[in-house]
Amino acid sequence: MIPAAFDYVRAGSAEEAVELIGQHGEEAKFLAGGHSLLPLMRLRLAQPSVLVDIGRISDLSYIRDAGDHVAIGALTRHSEIEHSDVLAQHVPLLAHAASQVGDPQVRHRGTIGGSLAHADPASDLPATTLALGATYVAQGPGGTREIAAADFFESFLMSTLAADELLTEIRVPKMDGAGWSFQKFNRRAQDWAIVGVAAWRRNGAAGVGLVNMASTPVLATSVASALAGGASIADAAEQAAAEADPTADLNASVEYRIHLAKVLTRRALEAASA
Amino acid sequence: MTVTDSPTTTGGVLGQRLLRKEDPALLTGEAKFTADLAIPGALHLALVRSPHAHANITSIDTSAAAAMPGVVAVYTGADLMDAWGAPMPCAWPVTEDMKNPPHYPLATESAKYVGDGVAAVLATNDTAARDAVEAVDVTWEPLEAVVDLEDSLADRVVIHPDLGTNRSYTWDLKVEAEEGAVDRAFADAAFTVSERYVQQRLIPMAMEPRAVAAVPQPFGGDITLYSATQIPHILKVMSALTLGIPEHQVRVVAPAVGGGFGSKLNVYAEELLCMALARKHAVPVRWNETRSENAQATIQGRGQIQHIELAADADGKVVAMRVRLLADMGAYLQLVAPGIPLLGAFLYAGVYDLPQAYDFSCTAVFTTLTPTDAYRGAGRPEATYAIERAMDALAAEIGVDPLELRRRNYIQADAYPYTAFTGLVYDSANHPQGADIAADLADYAGVRQRQTSQNVNGATKRLGIGVSSYFEMCGLAPSRVLASLAYSAGGWEAATVRVLPTSKVQVVTGSTPHGQGHETAWSMIVAHKLGVSPDDVDVLHSDTAISPLGMDTYGSRSLPVGGVAVAMACDKVIDKAAQIAAHQLEADVADLDFAGGAFTVKGSPDRSMPLAAIAFEAFTAHNLPDGLEPNLEAQVSYDPPNFSWPFGTHMCVVEVDVETGDVEVLKYVAVDDCGVQVNPLIVEGQVHGGVIQGLAQALYEEAVYDSEGNLKTSTLAEYMVPAASDVPPVTMGHSVTPSPTNSLGVKGVGEAGTIGAAPAVINAIVDALSGLGVRDVPMPASPFTVWKVINEARAGGSSDATDAAGTEVGDHEGVTARTTVGGGGDESTANEENGSTS
Ligand SMILES: Cc1cc2nc3c(=O)[nH]c(=O)nc-3n(C[C@H](O)[C@H](O)[C@H](O)COP(=O)(O)OP(=O)(O)OC[C@H]3O[C@@H](n4cnc5c(N)ncnc54)[C@H](O)[C@@H]3O)c2cc1C
Repeated sequence: MIPAAFDYVRAGSAEEAVELIGQHGEEAKFLAGGHSLLPLMRLRLAQPSVLVDIGRISDLSYIRDAGDHVAIGALTRHSEIEHSDVLAQHVPLLAHAASQVGDPQVRHRGTIGGSLAHADPASDLPATTLALGATYVAQGPGGTREIAAADFFESFLMSTLAADELLTEIRVPKMDGAGWSFQKFNRRAQDWAIVGVAAWRRNGAAGVGLVNMASTPVLATSVASALAGGASIADAAEQAAAEADPTADLNASVEYRIHLAKVLTRRALEAASA
Repeated sequence: MTVTDSPTTTGGVLGQRLLRKEDPALLTGEAKFTADLAIPGALHLALVRSPHAHANITSIDTSAAAAMPGVVAVYTGADLMDAWGAPMPCAWPVTEDMKNPPHYPLATESAKYVGDGVAAVLATNDTAARDAVEAVDVTWEPLEAVVDLEDSLADRVVIHPDLGTNRSYTWDLKVEAEEGAVDRAFADAAFTVSERYVQQRLIPMAMEPRAVAAVPQPFGGDITLYSATQIPHILKVMSALTLGIPEHQVRVVAPAVGGGFGSKLNVYAEELLCMALARKHAVPVRWNETRSENAQATIQGRGQIQHIELAADADGKVVAMRVRLLADMGAYLQLVAPGIPLLGAFLYAGVYDLPQAYDFSCTAVFTTLTPTDAYRGAGRPEATYAIERAMDALAAEIGVDPLELRRRNYIQADAYPYTAFTGLVYDSANHPQGADIAADLADYAGVRQRQTSQNVNGATKRLGIGVSSYFEMCGLAPSRVLASLAYSAGGWEAATVRVLPTSKVQVVTGSTPHGQGHETAWSMIVAHKLGVSPDDVDVLHSDTAISPLGMDTYGSRSLPVGGVAVAMACDKVIDKAAQIAAHQLEADVADLDFAGGAFTVKGSPDRSMPLAAIAFEAFTAHNLPDGLEPNLEAQVSYDPPNFSWPFGTHMCVVEVDVETGDVEVLKYVAVDDCGVQVNPLIVEGQVHGGVIQGLAQALYEEAVYDSEGNLKTSTLAEYMVPAASDVPPVTMGHSVTPSPTNSLGVKGVGEAGTIGAAPAVINAIVDALSGLGVRDVPMPASPFTVWKVINEARAGGSSDATDAAGTEVGDHEGVTARTTVGGGGDESTANEENGSTS
C-alpha cells in the first residue's frame, strides 16, 4: 500500500505539461485527479518514475456552450460536470452519468480527461461520451488533433493517445430535446458498474454505449440500427451484446453480463422514449 | 414489571439520551490511536508473508534485505524460536482430545495460509521495512491447498502432518428426556424439514486496522505493550506466558481503539514479535497493519456448514431438533476459535419451547486459510440464522404463515424465568409482544395483502417479508458455566469506584471500550447511584497499570457484567459513606436515607450530610468511626450468576427484481429488548450498526478464496462492506423487560442487531421468490447469486416460474436502488429513521 519511489514535477500550462512529459520520457505519467493512477501506484501495479502534475492547470477546467456542441476542458472535475447548467440544458445524459461516478470525494477529485485517458471500460464517462458521439482534442509536441470517441479506445486501459499527448478538451454534441437514460447496475453506490448503459433517442436516431461489456467501452451500433430499421425496443435490446465481449469476475459471469446488458438496454430505451 | 412503548426511566439520569463523552475527542481527531503515538527511536516491523496457502519453506535468504538502507535486522522463524516460552495460546480446548497444532509467531518449516508470517524485518522506518520485505528471498515448495470444509474432513491433504488429520475436534450435546427421544420424535413427526445452510467467511474489517508498539524500559526488564486490542488484560497474561516474561513486568495499554467486532479479541503474532524484538534490541518496536494485511492476517469470522432438522407435530409445534455443524478453524487455532461454534450450541432452539429432544454435534476442521475466531455475535448469529431459516422452511412445509408458526412455538411470557432443555435458565422475555410491535411497524398484514396483487405471474418486482426472532445469550459469563465448557478463564468483571476528596468520582473498570461508549454509560450508572453529575465522573480503563483486574470487552458483556460491577461498587461506597454519615450525624445507619447524593436522618430533614462532605471527611480521616479505614473507595469483582438474555424480533421487507436479481430493502424493522436502557442513544447506535453488519452478511460480504487459497477480496474494492448510501433506514422499536439477574435490570446489546438481521433479510428474499419455486438463497444474496437461484428454480419448473421465464416486455415501472433513469438520478442517501414505538 506504499507506492514505489517517484519524482514529481508540476506543470503550469498545457504546453509546459507536454514539454515536461517529453523531457522525462516513457516512464513519466500525467497526474490529474489521481483517482485512477494513485490506487494503481499504491498496489505497485503502476510504477512511473516521474509524475507530471497537471491538476492545477486551471485553463483546462471549463464547460462552455460552443454552438453545436458543449466544450469541456479535460481537467474539469466530475462534480462540475454533474452540476453544470450548460450540460443540464444541452446534454443532461452526461451530467447525470457524471453524478453516478464513485462517491462525492471521487467526483471532486477525478477529471473527465483522466477518466477518458485511463480508458477503463468499467468507467462511466468513456461509454457515455462514446454514445453521445463526442470528439476529444489532444495536444502533443507537434500541435493539436481531434479524435472521434469511436476511434479513441483501443484495448483494456489503452487508447490511441500517444504517451506525450495531453487530452485538453472534450466536445459533446448538443442533444436538446433528446430522451435519455443512464442505467448503472452495481452493488454499492460508489462502485464501478457491473454493467452500465447510456442511451439517448431523438427523432428516430439513437445512441447506446455500454459500460464494462468488453475490454473497451462499447458502442452498441446493432441496437441503434435495429431501432432505425423499425424494430421494437424489446427486439432492439436483444441486440445489445452484439458488439460486446465481456469477461467474468466475482460479480458476474459472461452470461449474466450479457443478460444484464439486454435488460438494462431495454429499460434505458424505454425510459429514453417515455 | 414489563414496560412497553416508551424508554424506561428509572428516575433521574438512567434512560436519558446523553451525548457520548468520548465523541468530541474522536470527532476532532484528538483521540490517539496506537499508530498515532509518538515513540522516539522506535524501529518498525514488517513481515514477510507467505504468498502460498500451503507450502514448505525450502530456504530463506535475508542477505539482500539486510543490506538495504534503514534495515536494522532480518529474522526468520528459526532465528526467533528461542524467544518463545510457549506457542501462541488457544484458551479454549473444548474437548480433551482436541487437536491443536503448535503455532508460533513466525512459521519455520511450512506456511499454512496466504499471509502466514515467515520472516520479520526491522528498519528505522515503515517504508524501509516494507521495501526490504520485497527483497527477502524465500524459496517455496508449494503444496496443495485445502479450501473446502468437506474436502478437509476427507483428509485428502493433511495440513498438519503431525496431527494425522484435519479434524480438530468433535463436540456433542445430546439432550433427551429419555434415550431415543430425538429419533422417536422424528419418526412420529407430522412434519419434518432438513436444511443445509452455509455461513460464508467474513472479514471483520474494523475501521482501524491493528497496530502495535512495544516499549521496553531501559532498566529492569519491564515492557509496555500498546496495542489496538479489545483485551489488554487477557493479552497481559497471555503475552507473559508466551514470552516467558514475569507477568508483573508486563503492562498492556489499549489506546483509542477503532472497532474490533471480535477481530481484536486475540493474541497475535505481531504483538509477540514486537515485544520479543523490543527486548532483544532494547528499543521500542512498532508495527502498523495495512488494510490488505488486515484482510489476510487478522482473524476472519463465521465459516460453517450447517445441517438442521426440525420435527414438528400436527400443530406445527417443534418437538425435536438435530444440528450438525462443520466449522472452519482456518490454518491454526486462535485464542477462542474452537469455542465459537459452541457458543451457538445452546441457541439452536432460538426463542422456542423445545422439549428435551435435541441432538447437536459440531466438528471443527483445519483449512489452509486465514484462521477464524470470534466475530460479532460469535456462534449466535449462526445458530439464529439456522433456526430462523428452518422455521420458515417448516412454515412452508406445513403451509402456515411463518409469523403464525413462530407464535405457536414462542416460549410464552409467563414462563419466565424459563429453564430450557439445556438446563440454562432464560432470565426474562416476552416474544409475542416483540413480534406484535414489529408486525405493526412493518405493516406485516399490509405487506401480505400487497403481495397477492404484486407477485402475480410475470411480475418483475416481487415483494417479500422476512421475520427473525432471536435470543442472544450474552453477558459472558458465569465462571462455572465457562468451566463446564472447558474455557481457560473466568467470566467476572472488576470495578473500583473512588470518591475523591473534592467529591469528583473516579471509576476504574476492567471492561475495555473500543467504540461502544462505556465512559458515558458508566458515568450515568455512577450518577444514578451516587447522585453526582455524569460530568463529574471520570472512567479509567484499558491500561493494566491503572486497571490491573479485568476480563475485557466481547460477547455483549460490558454492561451486564462490568456495568453491574460498577453499580455494586457504588453500593459499597454508599455503605461506607453511611457509616461516616451516621457517626457524624449521631444517628444509626438504619435510620439514614440516601437520596440525591445526600444522607438524611429519617424524620429529621434538617439533619443531613452530602456525599461531598463525607468524601472530604474520609480523606482527612480526622473524625471517622473507630476502625473505619480512611478514603471513600470500593472495589468489586462480580461473577454473574447467569447469562443475560436480550431478545427481539426483526422484520425485513424487500423487493426483488427478478430480471436482474437485485434486492432492494424497502423497510427494516428491529424490535429489540435489552432490559433497562441506560442510554437509548447508545442502544440505538449498537442496534443500528449491528443490523447493518448482519444485513451486510446477508447481501454483501464474503471473503472469497480461489481453489489455491488466494483471497480474492483483499481490498475494500472487492470486499463489499456496504456504505451509508447502500443500506436502508432502520426503523427501531423496543420493549423493556428488565433482567431479574442484576440490580440495574440490564442486558447486553452489542451483538443483538447482527444476530437478528441476516435471517430476516434472507427469509424476505426467499418469501419474495417463493412463487417461482425458490426455497433457499445462499449468502451473500448478490444480484448475480439471486439471478442464478431464480434461473435454477425456473429450470426446476413450477408453473409460475415457466410463465415468468418467458421474455416479456411491458411497462417496467420504477428502477432499482442502484439504477437511475433520466430525470431522476438522486443518489439514495442514508436516512436514519429512529422510529420508536411510543
Ligand atoms: C473509490 C473510487 C471509485 C470510483 N468509482 C468510479 C465509478 O464508479 N465510475 C467511474 O467512471 N470512475 C470511477 N472512479 C475513477 C474516477 O472517475 C477517476 O477519477 C477517473 O477514472 C480518472 O480521473 P483522474 O483525474 O483521477 O485521473 P488520474 O488518476 O490522475 O489519471 C488516470 C490516467 O490518465 C492519465 N491522464 C490524466 N489526465 C490526462 C490528460 N488530460 N491527458 C492525458 N492523459 C491523462 C494519467 O496519466 C493516468 O494514466 C473511481 C475511483 C475511485 C478511487
